[in-house]
Amino acid sequence: MAKEKEVLLKIRNLKIQGYSDETWVDIIKGVDLTLHRGEVMGLIGESGAGKSTIGAAAMGYARDGTRFSEDSSIEFDGMELTTATQAERRALRGNRIAYVAQSAAASFNPSHKIIDQHTEAPLQYRLKKRMEAQEDAMDLYERLRLPNPKEIGFRYPHQVSGGQLQRAMTAMAMACRPDLIIFDEPTTALDVTTQIEVLAAIRDIVEQFNTAALYITHDLAVVAQMADTIKVLLKGEEVEQASTEEMMSNPKEDYTKSLWAVRSFKSPQRYRPKDATPLISVRNVDAAYTAGPKILDDVSFDIYEGMTVAVVGESGSGKSTAARVITGLLPPQEGEVLFKGTPFPADYRQRNKEQLRQCQMIYQMADTALNPKVRISEIIGRPARFYSGLKGAALKARVDELLDLIELEPAQYYNRYPPELSGGQKQRIGIARALAAEPSFIICDEVTSALDQLVAEGILRLLDRLQNELNLAYMFITHDLATVRSIADEVVVMQNGKVVEQGPKDEMFKPPHHPYTDLLLSSVPEMDPNWLTTLLEERGVDNVGDSAAARIDPEDEKVVR
Amino acid sequence: MGDILGLVLKRLGLGLVILLIISVIIFFMVELLPGDIAEAVLGQGATEDNLAALREQMGLNKPAIMRYLEWLSGALMFDFGSSIVTQEPVMSVIGERFLNTLFLAAYAAVIAVPFAIILGVIVALLRNSIFDRVANVLTLTSISSPEFFLGYILILYFSVKWGMFPAIANLSEGMTFWELLERTFLPALTLVLVVVAHMMRMTRAAIINLLASPYIEMARLKGVPPWKVIVRHALPNAWAPIINVVALNLAYLITGVVLVEVVFVYPGVGQALVDAVSKRDFPVVQACCLIFAATFILLNLAADVGAILTNPRLRHPK
Repeated sequence: MAKEKEVLLKIRNLKIQGYSDETWVDIIKGVDLTLHRGEVMGLIGESGAGKSTIGAAAMGYARDGTRFSEDSSIEFDGMELTTATQAERRALRGNRIAYVAQSAAASFNPSHKIIDQHTEAPLQYRLKKRMEAQEDAMDLYERLRLPNPKEIGFRYPHQVSGGQLQRAMTAMAMACRPDLIIFDEPTTALDVTTQIEVLAAIRDIVEQFNTAALYITHDLAVVAQMADTIKVLLKGEEVEQASTEEMMSNPKEDYTKSLWAVRSFKSPQRYRPKDATPLISVRNVDAAYTAGPKILDDVSFDIYEGMTVAVVGESGSGKSTAARVITGLLPPQEGEVLFKGTPFPADYRQRNKEQLRQCQMIYQMADTALNPKVRISEIIGRPARFYSGLKGAALKARVDELLDLIELEPAQYYNRYPPELSGGQKQRIGIARALAAEPSFIICDEVTSALDQLVAEGILRLLDRLQNELNLAYMFITHDLATVRSIADEVVVMQNGKVVEQGPKDEMFKPPHHPYTDLLLSSVPEMDPNWLTTLLEERGVDNVGDSAAARIDPEDEKVVR
Repeated sequence: MGDILGLVLKRLGLGLVILLIISVIIFFMVELLPGDIAEAVLGQGATEDNLAALREQMGLNKPAIMRYLEWLSGALMFDFGSSIVTQEPVMSVIGERFLNTLFLAAYAAVIAVPFAIILGVIVALLRNSIFDRVANVLTLTSISSPEFFLGYILILYFSVKWGMFPAIANLSEGMTFWELLERTFLPALTLVLVVVAHMMRMTRAAIINLLASPYIEMARLKGVPPWKVIVRHALPNAWAPIINVVALNLAYLITGVVLVEVVFVYPGVGQALVDAVSKRDFPVVQACCLIFAATFILLNLAADVGAILTNPRLRHPK
C-alpha cells in the first residue's frame, strides 16, 4: 500500500495532556502518524489507548480538559493545526475533515430533522444553497442504500433505526466532500447483522470519493475489512504499524500477537445429565411491559445444574427480558418458571430468601451496577449478611474468602471504593457480590461486552473456574458469538421475542442452521481481510442487515420445525 | 398529536382535582380560626340577639359541609359571597385589584423572561469568564436582597435623586397606557430584579448540562460556531427545565408581590389579602387564596404542556 501519494495528514510527536489530580498528565505520549490521500488507516487498541483522542486531534480538536503539548505537530494538507487559531481550525471541521461518531443515536441532535443537520455544514460554509444541499443529501442517502432516500432525511433521529442512523451520519460526514473522515468506532454499538450494512456502506462511499480515513476501533476483524494500513496503540504509545495483510499474517510485537490470540480460550463442552430435572426451566413464557407489545412469545428453555446456556440474539430480541422473568422482576403474562421442577413464584416479592438466593445477576455495566460511595467490603458483605446471617469476624472471613475467589488480594481491596478500580476489577467485584449469596444459578447479562478483549478473556476464565469449583449454572446473555464459542455448553438463539433454535453448542455451530442462526453466524466479522468482500459477493449488497433478516423464508423447513 | 392531547387533558383533570382539594383546605382552615366570626365582626359589645341574627344572616348556623358546598358552587361562577366588612360582593372588592396585579406581573414578565433567557444563553456561551461571574454576582445579589429594600433603593435613585420615575404607583382614571407604564415602571423593575437570577441560572445550568452530550461534540466537529452550538443545538433540548422555572417565577409575580405593592402603594390583590386577614374578612381571604391556587396550578400546567411540546419524541411519534 506504500504507493507514492500526496501526504494529507502528518502528525509528529503528538503529546496530549489531560488534567487530573491537579497536574497535567500525558495521555498521548508522542505518536507519529502519516496518512496519504485516499488511504484508510485503522487505529486499534484497548480502551485508554488514546485512539479517539488521536482521532479528535487530527481535527485540531482537544476535548474539554485536555490540551496539546508544546512540541506536538499536526499538519493537515500543509497547515499546522496546533498553532492555528480556533476560527481557522473550525473552518476545516465538517468541511475538509469530517467526523463519524460511535453512537449515531446520541450524536444526532434529537431536536432537528436529520437532513437539517446534514445540510448544516454545507450551508455554514456557503458551499451550496439549501435546496442543492438537500438534493445532494438525498443522493448520498441513495448511494448509502438507505430506504426511501427522498423522504428519510425529513424524519427526526428517533424515528430511524440505529443502522440507518449510522449510515445517515456517514452521509452527513460526506456532505462537504471532505478530504479526511475520522470514523470513531462507527459500528461498535450495532448488532452484527446491522454492522455489515454499515461497513459495506462506509467502504463503498470512501472508495467512490477517494476519501482518506482514520478508522478507530477495538475490533480487529472489522479493521481488517476496512483499512489499508493498521496502527496498533497501547496506553498512548504506538506499538507498531504495517499494511493490513502483513499485520494480520505476521505481527511483530508481543502485544499485537496477544491481541490476535485472545480468542483462544475454550471451555470444554458439558452435556446434559440423563434423567435429571433441569435446575431452571422456562415454560411457554409470554411477557410484556405495561401496555406494550409482547416482548416474549412462547419462550421455553431449560438450564441444567453446572452448565452454561448462552442466549444470543440482536438487541430487542428479548434476551434480557427473559432474564427479568426468571429473576421475578417481570412477572410473565403466561407460562411459568420452574426451579428443580417446582414452580418459582412469578413475582420476586413473593419468593422467600432461600428462593431469592438461588438466582443472582451480574450486569453489563459494572460501573453503574456498583454504588460508587460504598466500600468493597460492604458491597460483597451485604448479601452475605442478608442471606447467610453472617456477622463480625465470620462476615469478614467470608468477604476475604470471596475476594480470594475472584483473585483480588483481600487486604488490598477490602476498604476501597469502586471508582478506584479498573473495569475488569469492578466486574470481578460484581461476580463476588453474586457469589456471596451462594447461588446455584447466575445470570450473566453481557458481562464482557463493555470490557477490552484481554480483560474479557480473564473474566471468562474466572467464570469458568468458578463454575467448575462451585457447580454453578450460568445463563449467559450475549450478542458476541466468539464468547459463545468459548464458554457455552448449550445455545439458545432468539429473534423478535421467540426462540428460533436451541441445542448443544457443537450442533449449533454445525450446519444446517435455522436461517436466522445462519445469518447471525455469517455476519460475525472474521480476521480474513477479504471476508466482507466475499460475503457481499455471495449475498449481494442489498441482502445484508435488516433486509436479510426480513427475507427469511417463513416456509423454510428449519423455521417450521 | 393525539397522545399529546390526551396528556394535556390528563394534566388538566389532575389540576382540577388538586384545586378541589385546595378549596377544601382553604375553606376549613378559615373555619378553624379561633373565635366566632359573628363576635369578631360585631365586637365585644354585641348582644346575644344581635349575634344570633348575624349568624342567621351569614348562614353560620348551617353545617360546615353545606356552607362549603354553597361556597364552592358560588365560586364556580366567580361569586365568592359578600365582604363582611363592606358588605360589597367580594368580586367587586378584589376583581379590579386582581387585574392590576395581573398587569404588573405581565409587565415584569415581558421584561424579565426574555432578558433572563438571553442573559442565560450569553453566560453559558461565555461560561467561567469575567462576564459570567459578574452577571452571576449581580443577579444573586438582587435575588438575595429583600424586595422592599430593592424597591426603596430604586425609589432613592430613580425618583428622589434622578427624578426619572414616580415613587408611588397609584392609578387613576383616564390614564394613557404610556402613563400607566411609566407609573408602574419601578415596581415592575423591582420584580424583574427579583426573578431574573433564578431563570437565568437555570438557563445557564440547563445548557451547560447538555454541553457534554455527544451531539454537541458532533456539532463542534462539524465546525458549527460556538454561539450556534448553544442556540441551535443546546437550547432546543434545554427548554423543559427552563420552562418550569419560568412558570414558578410567573406564579410568584402574581402571588408573592405584596411587599412590592406596599412599598409602591400599588392597588394590587396582595394588599387586599393582607387587609382582609387583619379584618377577618374571611370571604375575601378565601377568594384570594383560591385565585392564587388556581394561578399556580394553571401556570404549572402550562409549564408541563410546554415541556411536552418541546420534546421531539412526543411531538413526532414513530
